[in-house]
Amino acid sequence: MTFVRPTFRHPESPKNALGYTKKFYEGALSTLCAGCGHDSVSGAIIQACFEMAVEPHKVAKLSGIGCSSKTPTYFLANSHGFNSVHGRMPSVATGANLANRDLLYIGVSGDGDSASIGMGQFVHAIRRNLNVTYIIMNNGCYGLTKGQDSATADVGSVSKSGAANMYQAIDMAGLALELGATFIARSFSGDKEQLIPLIKAAMSHPGFALIDVISPCVTFNNNPGSTKSYDYTREHIETTGAVDFVPIMTEITTRYDEGNSVTVPLHDGSVIQLSKLAKDWNPLDRHSAMNKLYEAKTTGEILTGLIFIDTHAPDLHHILNTVKKPLNTLGEKELCPGSEALEKINAGFR
Amino acid sequence: MAANNHLTALNDFVVRFANVNGTGSASANDMFAKAIFRMGIPVSPKNIFPSNIQGLPTWYEVRVSEKGYLGRREGIDIMVCVNPQSMPKDIAAVRPKGYFIYDNTKELHKEFIRDDIHYLGVPMMQMCMDKFADPRQRQLLKNMVYIGALAALLDIEVPVLHGIITEKFKGKEKLITANFEALDMGFQYAKEHFQCPLSLRLERRDKVGDWIMLDGNTACGLGAVYAGATVLAWYPITPSTSLADAFGKYAKKLRVDPETGQNKFAIVQAEDELAAIGVVIGANWNGARSFTATSGPGVSLMSEFLGLAYFAEIPTVLVDVQRGGPSTGMPTRTQQSDILSAAYASHGDTKQVLLFPSTPKECFDFTAEAFDLAERLQTPIIVMTDLDLGMNDNMSPPLQWDDSRVYDRGKVLTAEELENMGERYGRYLDVDGDGITWRTIPGTHPTKGSFFTRGTSRDEYATYTEEGAAYVRNVDRLLKKWETTKQYVPGPEFYQEEKQNAFGVIFFGTTTYAALEAQELLAEQGITLDAMRIKAFPFNEDVRKFIRQHERVYVVEQNRDAQFRTLLMNELDVNPTKLVPILNYDGFPITAETIRQQIYKSLLGKLSPAFAEHEAAPPSDSEVEE
Repeated sequence: MTFVRPTFRHPESPKNALGYTKKFYEGALSTLCAGCGHDSVSGAIIQACFEMAVEPHKVAKLSGIGCSSKTPTYFLANSHGFNSVHGRMPSVATGANLANRDLLYIGVSGDGDSASIGMGQFVHAIRRNLNVTYIIMNNGCYGLTKGQDSATADVGSVSKSGAANMYQAIDMAGLALELGATFIARSFSGDKEQLIPLIKAAMSHPGFALIDVISPCVTFNNNPGSTKSYDYTREHIETTGAVDFVPIMTEITTRYDEGNSVTVPLHDGSVIQLSKLAKDWNPLDRHSAMNKLYEAKTTGEILTGLIFIDTHAPDLHHILNTVKKPLNTLGEKELCPGSEALEKINAGFR
Repeated sequence: MAANNHLTALNDFVVRFANVNGTGSASANDMFAKAIFRMGIPVSPKNIFPSNIQGLPTWYEVRVSEKGYLGRREGIDIMVCVNPQSMPKDIAAVRPKGYFIYDNTKELHKEFIRDDIHYLGVPMMQMCMDKFADPRQRQLLKNMVYIGALAALLDIEVPVLHGIITEKFKGKEKLITANFEALDMGFQYAKEHFQCPLSLRLERRDKVGDWIMLDGNTACGLGAVYAGATVLAWYPITPSTSLADAFGKYAKKLRVDPETGQNKFAIVQAEDELAAIGVVIGANWNGARSFTATSGPGVSLMSEFLGLAYFAEIPTVLVDVQRGGPSTGMPTRTQQSDILSAAYASHGDTKQVLLFPSTPKECFDFTAEAFDLAERLQTPIIVMTDLDLGMNDNMSPPLQWDDSRVYDRGKVLTAEELENMGERYGRYLDVDGDGITWRTIPGTHPTKGSFFTRGTSRDEYATYTEEGAAYVRNVDRLLKKWETTKQYVPGPEFYQEEKQNAFGVIFFGTTTYAALEAQELLAEQGITLDAMRIKAFPFNEDVRKFIRQHERVYVVEQNRDAQFRTLLMNELDVNPTKLVPILNYDGFPITAETIRQQIYKSLLGKLSPAFAEHEAAPPSDSEVEE
């Protein structure tokens, strides 16, 4: 286990706009290994939700199976959670979202969960532009079953067992880009500065928001030779630039050079500011994002940051033209056509 | 053949149409059945179609029965053959003294001539070539020509046919005229060339009352609309596809907000059955009524999720329109062969609630009921229909809805109830003692009622635990809930005289029509059986009692392994020798004669020697007059 959390909190802990302290956003004690990258990601989610002043009960957190999928227990104790079956979180999240469009959906998955057993569901959730913040805690291995290579492990990457992986890696960000995902980011569990604003931006994005987080497995894949270790990731990271998330009704205080920054307004009024961008880089252009991603891949760099965003694509509810009122709030009056209509239907069958 | 060598019957015969798939024959054949229905005569049409879009043989079989027998009957009295591919088999299928109606535009090959049936040639293609210019029209209207000929031969009321055509092509005057013309051509040809009507014929009756004729899939789809289903997720698979289509069709008609034009429903064609059931579980978990429809292969794929819904106690509604298995099996043929895979769907100790409708009205009622049961019992409810019921037009009492009906949303805590709750909320705490615990919907209360839904073992407060005692408490409570379930699911229906017989028969679903007919056939032979139709699993005490009270009980079903019998044995601890399987699994709907023969044979040794001797000869075929 990572740590024993003290129950004592400073009475003057800072409060957010709703008057909640950060403690209100925490979950149960983690049972993952000490130093697990996933716990840092949980921490980032807690921090992002606290800073965004999200109502925890208006969040639903869903996951599949695996170490990563255990984490929803470790954050947002006042949110409903759903630890579903292996690789099937996207479908459960789709149903949940269709039932109530007003909640915020956080889907947590791993590389085994999303890149192998649940690849089909991952792909199709993207196609539908499901409004969900989809976090992949990507460690290149199956932690819960003791370290087998996963489908995101790079060719030649050596796990704790000493064997080099022989198969091509699936790049989840690249795949999502190709599939038409509308928000694609990559980050590193060890880089909270970047991860927290990315999570906030993803939660504000009205569609499928993927954050592929390199989250090292300290027990089975943190050894020399692994391309998903803390050391390797730190050495090879290349950020696309700084990411700032400015929530609605907040003044933009950071100023960047106009030449290499982009301001992306979101529908809810908040703003994402991207700065220190490379010259050949435009996160609003899918082609440019693809080139950049491919370039990084060929030079062996791990590209992080917000890789691509499209704020205009309609989400699943818009595509299906559903009513604004959540479907789960509709009752007999709104849903049942009544006996008179049925009599007419009967007449048509005579 | 001599004139007295004709099958003779009034309102009691079987017509089979042999067509080529994709030539528009289905709509003409439907008109034929509908016309008989509108003449007040009970009729039961069945589509016997291939897994193919165009080109392969397809059949449509219509049983007419004044007595109201709606099950399939063996033997073809009249074959209407417009498909040269299947002609040899079609000719062989006609009963002696029956009729073979065919397109004699081309002369019939000599080797196709049987001397014990009547050949009625109608130059359908030639007449259409002469009359109509458009090639597609020629093909389509050929079908109306034989309907016209049948109208003359069988005494179908032409105004009734005209009425059906006019309704069908409302607003397309040209089509109405062309169809009338084709119909008339066939009618006149038959009048001129044959002695009309045949000794097999129709006569108006008043035997259908206010009944309707529709397929079970449409009825299920409507049931879901009426029950307030808002999310449908599905994956295309025969024979359930038309169920999803029906829901969509009626939802678009009846569930669009008139002001905004926005939908009070969402339909997702999922990437596979795993995703379909996942969406359904997610939506139900979040408080919407959601369902899916599939067939056997889909149930196999959904099994893991069904286990989750059982164990995590999430309302789920699934309609299984069964087809011939195993594997891809016979995708366009009927069976009742998912009984065990549905009843025990998923690994570990699971039991699923099944409902067995046998008419379109019950498809409607049971689907609507399934949503109430799913939320009341917080578990999957599987409505078990089959291809025969789902895809064929079946006569049915009209669909009914009580406007004062309130959806039973089960035990769901409101924000107010949570606020006023003194004790700690436990998602899996059996506070009422019936095994059913209280759930909360995400987003209800800021600080109370949230819990973690999981497929892993948990304690009463939904907290993960591997403690054996907590696990046992939980699964034992699920058993208690299973007992409670027996009070909620529909009980069996009995068909018996007051005085009890020694032998009983059990059936369910689409076996009903044939079984009831067999019961009557056997009674005519002096063998009286008490009958029980089961409508749901788990079985309640009445089922156990019926089996206990009878010396021997026949279990009629449409699969090879007598799965329903196994379920009865397994759940009720019945002595296996007491339950005798009566089976049919060739993919065609079971017939009364199949049931009668099997029961009769099995009883021969059981009855008194004198009776056996007396009854050993099969019953004479009253329909055949020499």
